[in-house]
Amino acid sequence: MGEVISLKDIRRVFTMGDQQFEALRGISFSVAEGEFVAIMGASGSGKSTCMNILGCLDHPSSGTYLLDGLDVAGMDLNRLAGIRNKKLGFVFQGFNLLARTPAVENVELPLVYAGVPAKERRHKALAALEQVGLGGKEGNHPSQLSGGQQQRVAIARALVNSPAVILADEPTGNLDSSTSEEIMGLFTDLNRRGITIIMVTHEPDVATYAGRRITFRDGQIIGDTMTNQ
Amino acid sequence: MRERRVFEIKGLHVDLLQTLKIALRALRTNKMRSFLTMLGIIIGIAAVIAMMAVGAGARHVISQQIASIGSNIILVIPGSTTSGGIRIGSGASQTLTSDDAKAIMAECPSVETAAPTVRSTGQVVYGNMNWSTIIMGSTPEMFDIREWPVTSGRSLGQQDVDGAAKVCLLGQTVAENLFGSTDPVGKMVRIKKVPFTVVGLLERKGQSPQGSDQDDVIFVPLRTAQRKLVGSQFPNTVGAVMIKARSEALLSKAEDEVNDLLKQRHRITGSKEPDFSTRNLSEILAVAEQSSKAMSLLLGAVASISLLVGGIGIMNIMLVSVTERTREIGIRMAIGARKNDILLQFMTEAVLLTMIGGLIGICLGGAGAMVVSRILSWPTLISVESVSIAFIFSGAVGIFFGFYPARKAAGLNPIDALRYE
Repeated sequence: MGEVISLKDIRRVFTMGDQQFEALRGISFSVAEGEFVAIMGASGSGKSTCMNILGCLDHPSSGTYLLDGLDVAGMDLNRLAGIRNKKLGFVFQGFNLLARTPAVENVELPLVYAGVPAKERRHKALAALEQVGLGGKEGNHPSQLSGGQQQRVAIARALVNSPAVILADEPTGNLDSSTSEEIMGLFTDLNRRGITIIMVTHEPDVATYAGRRITFRDGQIIGDTMTNQ
Repeated sequence: MRERRVFEIKGLHVDLLQTLKIALRALRTNKMRSFLTMLGIIIGIAAVIAMMAVGAGARHVISQQIASIGSNIILVIPGSTTSGGIRIGSGASQTLTSDDAKAIMAECPSVETAAPTVRSTGQVVYGNMNWSTIIMGSTPEMFDIREWPVTSGRSLGQQDVDGAAKVCLLGQTVAENLFGSTDPVGKMVRIKKVPFTVVGLLERKGQSPQGSDQDDVIFVPLRTAQRKLVGSQFPNTVGAVMIKARSEALLSKAEDEVNDLLKQRHRITGSKEPDFSTRNLSEILAVAEQSSKAMSLLLGAVASISLLVGGIGIMNIMLVSVTERTREIGIRMAIGARKNDILLQFMTEAVLLTMIGGLIGICLGGAGAMVVSRILSWPTLISVESVSIAFIFSGAVGIFFGFYPARKAAGLNPIDALRYE
C-alpha cells in the first residue's frame, strides 16, 4: 500500500513580538493508505499545530510534506484550498455545521466548492448520509439533530468528496460516552472499508480504536506504536 | 499559474446560482436586520425616483407651455422713446407700422410670415355679463404663427382686416366668463361700447411660461382695432410685429435680416440707437432649460447623499455580519472555499441587499409620485431610464460598500476563524 502522508523534519516556529516559540521541532512520520492513526499528547504538545499542517491550514516553517504524492509545503493559499477540498475531509470537535442549513446541504458544501453540478451533488450527499446511518434525516437542520447525529452529518461531509485522508480533531470531545462509542464504531467501520483516518484525541480509550498511536510531547514525537485491536 | 486561473474561473462560474442561494438564506436568517439595512437604500432610491418623476413632470409642463407660444418666434417691439430728456421704456414709441410687417414678410427670405399687432385692454359686455380683458388687433397670419386654431366658428380672414369688419374671436377664458357653456359664435358683444359679432372660439392654450392666462384675450381685425379701439395719433402704427422663422436653424438669421431691413427702413445708420428691438422667444426656452438643469443637479445631489448614507449603513452591517459569521467562514475555508469564493459570497449578499432595496425603493418612489400627481394634480413622469439608472445605481452601491467587508472576510485565516467563538 502507498503512502498517503509523508512528513519529513517538519518544524513550525511562531513569532510573538520578539519571542520565538518552536511548536514543532522536526517531526517526521508517514501514514500508509488504509491506516487509522491516533495522535495523542497533552495540550501544548504540538499535536494541534501538526494537525493544522496536515490539514493544509498552515504552512510548516521548514520541512517537506507530501500529501498523496503532492508536495504541499510550498503551495499558495488558493492551491491549498483546492487540496483541502479534494484530498482532505475534516471532522471537528464542535461539529462545525452551518446553522439553519439542512443536513444534505451541509454535506454538499465541499462539492459546491469543487464545482460539481447540483444534481450530482445531491446524489452524492444523500449517499454519504446513508453511509453514516442518517438516511431520511437529510432535510433536518443541525438544531433538530442530536450531537451524535450532527457529528455523523460532519463525517458524511468529510466523506462526500472521497478524500485521501479524513482528519478528525477530538471528534468525541463534545459527546457522551455511549454516543462516543457509536461515532468511534462508525470510524472503525469506515476504516475497514479502506478509508485512511488520522484522529487527534487526548482520551486513551478513544485512541484504542486506532491501529496506530503517535504520541507528542513538547513538539516532538515520543512514541509511535502499533496497537492490536 | 495557468492551470489555477482556469480552475478559479470554473469555480466562480459554476457557483453563481449556489452563491445566490446562500446569500438569500443569510439575508432571510436576519430578516429584521436585513430590512433595516435596506431601509437606507429604499428611502434613497424612492426619493430619487419620486423626485425624478416630479422633475420630469415639471419639464413636461414647461415644454408644453413653451410650445403653446408657438415655435420659432421673433418679436419686434418699438424702442424706447425720449421725451424732454425723460426716457420712457421700450415699446412706448410708435415707430413700427403695418407696412414694416408687410416689408418683413416680402423681403426677409428666412421669415415665413409676420403679423403686426396692436394691444389694448378694455371691458367686454354681453347681455348683463361683463369682463375686462386684453384686446388684440392682428392679421390672419397671427394664428399660423401661434399655431392657434378655432374650436368653433371660423378664424379671422383677410377680408375682415381689409374691410375693418366688426368681428372678433374669443379666448376660452373670455367665453367662459361671458357665455358660460353656451356657444358664443354668432352672438353680439360690445367691446369698449362698440358692437362686434363673435365669429369664432379659439382653442385653449393654457398658461404661458410666465404664468399669465393666454386664453384671456379677444382678437379683432388689425384695422378695426386701429380705428375703433386704440386711440392713437398715428393710425397706421402697431404695437409689435410677431414673426415666424422658416425653421429653428434659421431663427437667428431671420432675426438679423429683420434688424437690417428695419434699420434701413427707419434710416438708422452708424452708431445711432435703433428705434425698435427684436426678441427671440427661444431665449425663454434656454432659461427654462437652464432652470430644469439646475433642478436635476440639486435632485442628483440629494439622491447621492441619501445613497451614500444608505451605503455606509450597508457596510456597517456587513462588517458586523462578517464578524458574527467568522466561524462559518472558517468552516467554508477548511472545506475548500478559496478567497474569491468568500469574497464573492459576501459581495453577492451586499449587492442582493441593495438591489432588493432598490427594487422596493423604485416601487415606493413610483407610488409616491402617483400620490403627488393625484393630490397636487401635478403631472409626474416615470421614465424607463430613471428606473434603470436607479436600479443600476443601487447595485453599484452594493458593490462599492460591500467590497471592504467582503475583502475582510476573504482575508481571514482559516485556523483563527475556526477557533473563533
